[in-house]
Amino acid sequence: MPQTINIDKQNIPFSEGQSIIEAAEQAGVYIPHLCHKAGYKAHGSCRLCTVTVNGRWVSACTEPAEAHQQVENNTRELQSQRRAIVQLLFAEGNHHCPFCEKSGNCQLQAVAYSLDMHDTHFAHQLPQRSLDASHPDVLLDRDRCIQCELCVRASQEYDKKNVFALSGRGPSTQLIINSESGKLKDSQINKNDEAIKVCPTGALMNRSKPFSIPIGQRQFDKIPIDQQNTCVPDTTEAST
Amino acid sequence: MEIIDKNKGKRIVIDPISRVEGHGKVTLLLDENNRLQEARLHIVEFRGFEKFIEGRPYEEVAVIVQRLCGICPVSHHLAAAKAIDQLVGVNQLSPTAEKIRRLLHYGQVLQSHALHFFYLSSPDLLFGFETDLHRRNIIEVIKDFPDIGRQGIQLRKFGQDIIQAISGKKIHGVVAVPGGINRSLDIPQRDALRAQLPDILKKSKKAVAIARDLYLSNIDIHKNFGFIESSFLSLVDSKGALELYDGNIRIKDKAGKIFKDQLDDNRYFDYIQEEVRSWSYMKFPFLSELGIEKGWYRVGPLARVNNCAFISTPLAEQARKEFIQFHHGLAQAPLAYHWARMIELLHCAEQIENLLQDEDITGNELVVKGCPQEEGIGVIEAPRGTLFHHYKINEEGLIQKANLIVSTTQNNQAMNDSVREVAREYIDGQEITEGALNQIEVAIRAYDPCLSCATHAMGKMPLKVELFDHNGELLDTKIKSSV
Ligand code: SF4
Repeated sequence: MPQTINIDKQNIPFSEGQSIIEAAEQAGVYIPHLCHKAGYKAHGSCRLCTVTVNGRWVSACTEPAEAHQQVENNTRELQSQRRAIVQLLFAEGNHHCPFCEKSGNCQLQAVAYSLDMHDTHFAHQLPQRSLDASHPDVLLDRDRCIQCELCVRASQEYDKKNVFALSGRGPSTQLIINSESGKLKDSQINKNDEAIKVCPTGALMNRSKPFSIPIGQRQFDKIPIDQQNTCVPDTTEAST
Repeated sequence: MEIIDKNKGKRIVIDPISRVEGHGKVTLLLDENNRLQEARLHIVEFRGFEKFIEGRPYEEVAVIVQRLCGICPVSHHLAAAKAIDQLVGVNQLSPTAEKIRRLLHYGQVLQSHALHFFYLSSPDLLFGFETDLHRRNIIEVIKDFPDIGRQGIQLRKFGQDIIQAISGKKIHGVVAVPGGINRSLDIPQRDALRAQLPDILKKSKKAVAIARDLYLSNIDIHKNFGFIESSFLSLVDSKGALELYDGNIRIKDKAGKIFKDQLDDNRYFDYIQEEVRSWSYMKFPFLSELGIEKGWYRVGPLARVNNCAFISTPLAEQARKEFIQFHHGLAQAPLAYHWARMIELLHCAEQIENLLQDEDITGNELVVKGCPQEEGIGVIEAPRGTLFHHYKINEEGLIQKANLIVSTTQNNQAMNDSVREVAREYIDGQEITEGALNQIEVAIRAYDPCLSCATHAMGKMPLKVELFDHNGELLDTKIKSSV
């Protein structure tokens, strides 16, 4: 008899060592998230996957699943808190969906839609962030970076390159490039790197086939993120 | 409306102008004897696209600039795409890409022309310029002239269906990519559009007849309404035929003689300049060779139908011949724009029919590659006239400089002059009736101006700021010059 946790009154089996979000994903239960991706080390930074476990607030990506946990996920209060987090992300970056190539394939946008976000609510911070277009095939638009460090982890763990890091504190935190000039063109990045495919926003993009996916064929055009089987968008097509 | 005494003269302001795309303001300056001294169409919107695309990657530009407008985004998308093709070194698209872009463009011109004639202008023409303002709208047209109203809605919808099928959305879709397109039509989509064609062709033909008959029904007034004489500029193909997607520039003078022909549209800066005036965000383009005073010209349907030697599709060509014959070779009356606009609508319907029979539109060769360049220019005939997009990029592919000359801007002087002519006729002293007010708007509306498109520039317009106290005393004036 497998051990189970209970999410929103549904018993869900888990295996030893799984986090709550991993168990949920395996059972097809969607817990909103941005910095988490299956197969990656937990990060716990975006706080979007916050759930309550026996009444206590925890992030589902860092909390180990334990037998008999009573997890609340899809509640009004949690959804409202998550919406506020996404609104803050939109307000503190420069996210212009109407002309972003990632629109329709963007996890940030898809999560915003699924949380019924209609405006940013908070005042736009309009930060001044630089663009790195030095590489012929890869574009880094820091305006769209939500500092989830998925690219940092992918570059280290999958690409074995260590191209990216976050630097600075608070509002001046930004993604930096591990190269002598600090530019992508002098780094080891390649357009097929996992680090580019894993980016949940349009911050890191493969530049070689811009806007090649027609509207209607993008990942979230037809099925909202919370109803897709996998919670992990496959951006392979979008970025190659 | 407000009437202001200013020094000895008087100023009458009409604000806002209704049923045009965007927001404008007209000021009429009267002299001491209450005679019209000057008329000005002010553009009070401010957009700034040329400036804020600076520093953005070139590949995004065709998607950004279409946000200039909700009426003709496709024209901006395609003009930018043509410029970007040059940036990636592509001079010849694949047949599929070229034909899909053309099909999209014809759909766009058709829907925009239908919108303008049936929704915005037909209320004036059907009910009369002085009829109660509340009657002059498309809802009343549908009530009193249900066939005409329905016809307008169906024609517009067909144009939008084409746009949606190709670009994924009715407004602000995406299909053009550097060197081509991201999809062709699939067979079911093509067949669904084909099925509508017989009805659309019939309705397009009828649209020409309606525009013609309305124009002729009150010809004595219509032919003189806001009458001005100007030269005309448009694209034509190598044989001088009407060309909406890709051609060379032809200019006819006010007598109808060809002044310049087959000018390379990529060298537009050799023969077109723009003047900035302190009271409007919209610039005043003119032909360099003729100077500011004499060099202004008109663009759009009237210019195109006047300028071309023929139209390649039979029904529109027949309609053009009748139009030209009636006008003895060249039409100058602003209200003739409507007739010319419907001739173009018919041409678009015929071209769409041709393209929907063409196997290439379902082809697979979507993108062509080339050798990148630092500068690209795209010129297209948008619904309202010739549209120029010009970009320079740096070695990283980021926009360094952008110049857009939009259709409405090129009709700026003409609109001001037509307003002056109408105001002279209908404004008497400081009395301004509701009817007279609309006469002025009708003159502006004939040009189908898109004031949103026309005010895209930033950092170039002179700006005058005046500070008044509560008694109306001027405390300070600051002027930012245009250079
Ligand atoms: S570039 Fe993308 S993956 Fe990297 S930190 Fe920013 S948002 Fe995350």
